[in-house]
Amino acid sequence: MSLKGTVRAMPTLLRVGFSEAVAYRAEMLIWVLSTTMPFVMLALWSSVAHEQPVLAESGRRFGEAEFTAYFLTTFVVRQLASSWAAWEMNYEVRTGALSMRLLRPLHPLVAYGAENIAALPMRIAVCLPVVALSLWAVGTSAVPRGGLRWLAFLAALLGAWLITFLANVCIGCLSLFMQSSVKVMEVWLAAYFVFSGYLIPIELFPGWLRQAVDFLPWRYQIGLPVELLSSMQEPAGALPLLGVQWAYVLGLGLLAQLLWRKGLSRFAAYGG
Amino acid sequence: MSRYLRLLLVQLRASALLAVQYRSDFFIDGVISLFWTATAIVPLLVVFQDRALLQDWSMAEAMVVTGWFVFLNAILEGGINPGLQAVVEQIRKGTLDFVLLKPADSQFLVSTSRFQLWRVSNLLAAAAIFIFAFHRMGRLPSLGGILASALLLVAATAVLYSLWILTVSAAFFVVKVDNLTYLFGSIFDAARWPATVFRGVVRFVFTFVIPLALMTTYPAEALLGRLEASKLLFSLLGAAAFTALARWVWMRSIAHYTSASS
Repeated sequence: MSLKGTVRAMPTLLRVGFSEAVAYRAEMLIWVLSTTMPFVMLALWSSVAHEQPVLAESGRRFGEAEFTAYFLTTFVVRQLASSWAAWEMNYEVRTGALSMRLLRPLHPLVAYGAENIAALPMRIAVCLPVVALSLWAVGTSAVPRGGLRWLAFLAALLGAWLITFLANVCIGCLSLFMQSSVKVMEVWLAAYFVFSGYLIPIELFPGWLRQAVDFLPWRYQIGLPVELLSSMQEPAGALPLLGVQWAYVLGLGLLAQLLWRKGLSRFAAYGG
Repeated sequence: MSRYLRLLLVQLRASALLAVQYRSDFFIDGVISLFWTATAIVPLLVVFQDRALLQDWSMAEAMVVTGWFVFLNAILEGGINPGLQAVVEQIRKGTLDFVLLKPADSQFLVSTSRFQLWRVSNLLAAAAIFIFAFHRMGRLPSLGGILASALLLVAATAVLYSLWILTVSAAFFVVKVDNLTYLFGSIFDAARWPATVFRGVVRFVFTFVIPLALMTTYPAEALLGRLEASKLLFSLLGAAAFTALARWVWMRSIAHYTSASS
């Protein structure tokens, strides 16, 4: 289908996705609540910092306030840059429901993306109390000033969402080759938890690991946007990292395209 | 009693056959458990980089708690989750009828219906953590300590299982709760550190409301030989009461079941 048609279909797709998110709001609330890991980490780290602030190798001092800002931002970024296309694709490939999508005059990958984006308004609504709480806890002075920083943050957030979504699509496409790729997704998620800065700010990693993490994709899903918003990273200094992030977006995009094409020719559409 | 033992063996054999069929899962589960163990250990390494003690816990001692967390997680994901997760689906579809018709206790049947035996790899990870921690401390746990922690392990498993039964019982009243199970998993995540690390309200909740302290901190303290006898006694009594409560709720909920379709 042409680009023009896709663009024209977009508002409808988003509206449908939004209605779905509203209809299953209780379910989504539980999903959001089940990502409480940042709060658990916050409890641990603030108790650690309560005894004595943690000193990073870079010389930055992590006190209770820094950890509070960091982990509350982490929670919000995780909510915004989230995707579940891999599970959906696995389900649809297994049941054959994917054939329904193939019949529509719209690229299925675009449809998956639209569904994930359409849930954002509801997710933002859930995040608002957390944002209010963090403002109350750390004070409004922690809110970054300067358009450049916000611009860099938005670019990093968009990149983070794209990496998450495209990785989901790539792994979802694998289900066309190997029946079920849910386990692969589990491995990806486990690595993501360790290396993204979700559990520990990346600055606190030991030096050698910190350098390795800069080359891995996960750091760009959480760490980079969070660091930009919580002023741990200067916008100008973050430019190389943003470059790597968007290189990952490009690479994963090409890979997704390739896997989708190769995989689809193997799709047998059982059931459906 | 011997009938239920035989039944358990039959169910275990079915799960074993399934596990052997998907042998490659052993390696994948192994890799995953390696990563999850890392998520539990890496924060400890970072915390103890610049200090020797965190609220009276040395790094090796805190690792014992993490070891119990990995151990219990293996029990949860290998023995408790698979069977009970299926119940939620059965309640929604109405296929629970087939379970209820069988001439055996329904709670027993659903709890033993499925095991994920390859999660054993997590037990190996836990054992490795214990060995590493006690090697670092340069001593062995006392015999009494091992016995006490074994008792607490039983209590912890009972509490974990009962919490699950309570969650599943909710499925009789609310239609869609399969993701409640994830919520439970994410709360359990907090059990990987000594409960005393948490402060204020959080600590109260994790000690009394959702007894995470009982699950990992107390067994670790027992293994380290510094658990007071009163804590042990209260844990065992509490676990027994909790199990009885879960059983009562299950019986009440099952009476509430009105076969969805069919």
